[in-house]
Amino acid sequence: MKKNYVIEAENLSKIYAGVVPVKAVDEVNLQIQDNEFTAIVGPSGSGKSTLLNMIGGLDRPTSGTIKVNDILLNGMTDNQLINFRLHHIGFVFQSFNLIPVLTAKENAEFIMLLQKVPLQQREKRVMSLLKEVGLDDKLDSRPSQLSGGQQQRVAVARALASKPDFVLADEPTANLDSKSAFNLLDIMARLNQEEGITFIFSTHDQRVIDRARRVITLEDGKIVSDEIR
Amino acid sequence: MLLKLAWRNLWRNKRRTLITLASIFFAVILSTFMVSLKEGFYKGMIDSMVGAFTGYAQIHATGYWADKTLENSFEFNDSLAYRLKNANGLSSYAPRVESFALAASSEITRGTMVVGIDPKKEMLHTDLQDRVIEGEYLQEKDQGALLGEALAKYLKVGVGDTLVLLGQGYHGASAAGKYPIKGIVKFGSPELSKQLVFLSLQATQKLFDVEGRLTNLILLPDQKSETDELVQSLQSSIGNGYEVMAWQELTPEIINMMETEKMEGYVFMFILYMVISFGIFATILMMMAERMHEFGVLVAVGMKRINLAMVMILEILSISILGAFLGMLGALPICLYFYYYPIKLGAELEEMVADYGMEAVLQASISPNIFIQQAIIVGLIGCAIAIYPLWKISRLDAINAMRS
Repeated sequence: MKKNYVIEAENLSKIYAGVVPVKAVDEVNLQIQDNEFTAIVGPSGSGKSTLLNMIGGLDRPTSGTIKVNDILLNGMTDNQLINFRLHHIGFVFQSFNLIPVLTAKENAEFIMLLQKVPLQQREKRVMSLLKEVGLDDKLDSRPSQLSGGQQQRVAVARALASKPDFVLADEPTANLDSKSAFNLLDIMARLNQEEGITFIFSTHDQRVIDRARRVITLEDGKIVSDEIR
Repeated sequence: MLLKLAWRNLWRNKRRTLITLASIFFAVILSTFMVSLKEGFYKGMIDSMVGAFTGYAQIHATGYWADKTLENSFEFNDSLAYRLKNANGLSSYAPRVESFALAASSEITRGTMVVGIDPKKEMLHTDLQDRVIEGEYLQEKDQGALLGEALAKYLKVGVGDTLVLLGQGYHGASAAGKYPIKGIVKFGSPELSKQLVFLSLQATQKLFDVEGRLTNLILLPDQKSETDELVQSLQSSIGNGYEVMAWQELTPEIINMMETEKMEGYVFMFILYMVISFGIFATILMMMAERMHEFGVLVAVGMKRINLAMVMILEILSISILGAFLGMLGALPICLYFYYYPIKLGAELEEMVADYGMEAVLQASISPNIFIQQAIIVGLIGCAIAIYPLWKISRLDAINAMRS
């Protein structure tokens, strides 16, 4: 019987044109199932971020196909991709990337506003998410009033607010101290185990790799190992 | 939500926003004040020219304005009187007979324009009575004459002397009469001063043999600003046998002069608006450059480009409208001050404006249109500048933007 994959990439390649064309991702085949906690690792320039960008619909492959929950991303227009990301994918970035003029609560609520979720539902969900990431006492704080770890937790709440099919986290612990990094990983692992949220990380961080249940290693754009723990 | 985001973004860099606001504020004050003074000057010019002689509008028989002869005079009948009485927006009217004649003193002659007026009604339309600098104003059925100052000087006559008028009357009848000079009238305009002779309407009709007929009816609208509307409605009400003309048509030289003045004003205003535009545009460029990474993130997480552009547009419009509004508030007391306490012109300028029959003061105008116009122009500048972020964001690539 065919398995249902959240993400399914087939012969995925990305070549950056230039005087010397660079093959950032080379014929990658990858399937990710629901509820995975997967780390994509590899040295700088191995193609992790490019692969993650293509999975997230931010970048288009040169060849190959990519499906999210059986929906093919290849043929979508820019606006369709934006809409798709809004409803299906959560993003956590290395440098938090919260909107500086909005409070923690407003930042977490922002995606739901774009989704036009009714006020009551929004309020309920944002409160529960901020409680989940341990920031229910920082609702009205602006990002500049929060530590790096706290900002990244708001970013996680924002990524989850849209009830995405999966969360893509690009080096989420890179700018965090150890304590904040462990704290964040604990939260994400708990969300994965208790709520079944699928997380895909690109990372160098051994702390993340140690917590991952699947580790995909890229080198020169190719998958060189795929370890399920 | 977009408005909230835009408003808060504006205050991310308070100093920059305040500097931009200040540049708009001062530019709007300056431009509003300049326009206010210009409009005030034009109003003064119109009031003095129109108020001195032509009136705000006139009715003639069709063809009179192109060929000013008594053959193109008209009978003032009951039907016309009835229509004028019931005309909306018409405050009053004064009858005139105007024709040309040769004026002679004992030694010299000169071509003049003889204007027959109803002295009482004329007072409502022009300031002729106030312009009498020697002698007295005319009475009804007066047999005396008022002369322009330059004409009296040319003919070497004064109050109490006799003026002889010779000309051609209605249907080729000869026109001749002797009139004691009752007063001398001062006009700012040299053209008027050297050729006008005023008689009572009755005396003029008798001189030119046009009893019961008129060449002009001078109109005073309820609202001077609604002269054009009055002209249009009267033209359709009294029919094609008459031509109804507004002061702009009657005194095209004023319009020409105003147009020339306006062109000079436009250049100055253009420079001011450019200052405003570059102030706003520089701010927008900096805002865009600073936030390109953030824009990339917002598009990445699912914000439509049009919403993002809308935030930028709202920011631009907010700062433009706020600056314009504050500028209007700032300009208001200044304009009010110079409305109630007009600027007194220096001796040289005083002579120049006196030629146009104007008082030597520059009074600001406080017409609401001036303030609204400035706000609209700054709003339009904002809209025009908003095209840039719209274009930039429509081409935004999330990944490249996030790398910036």
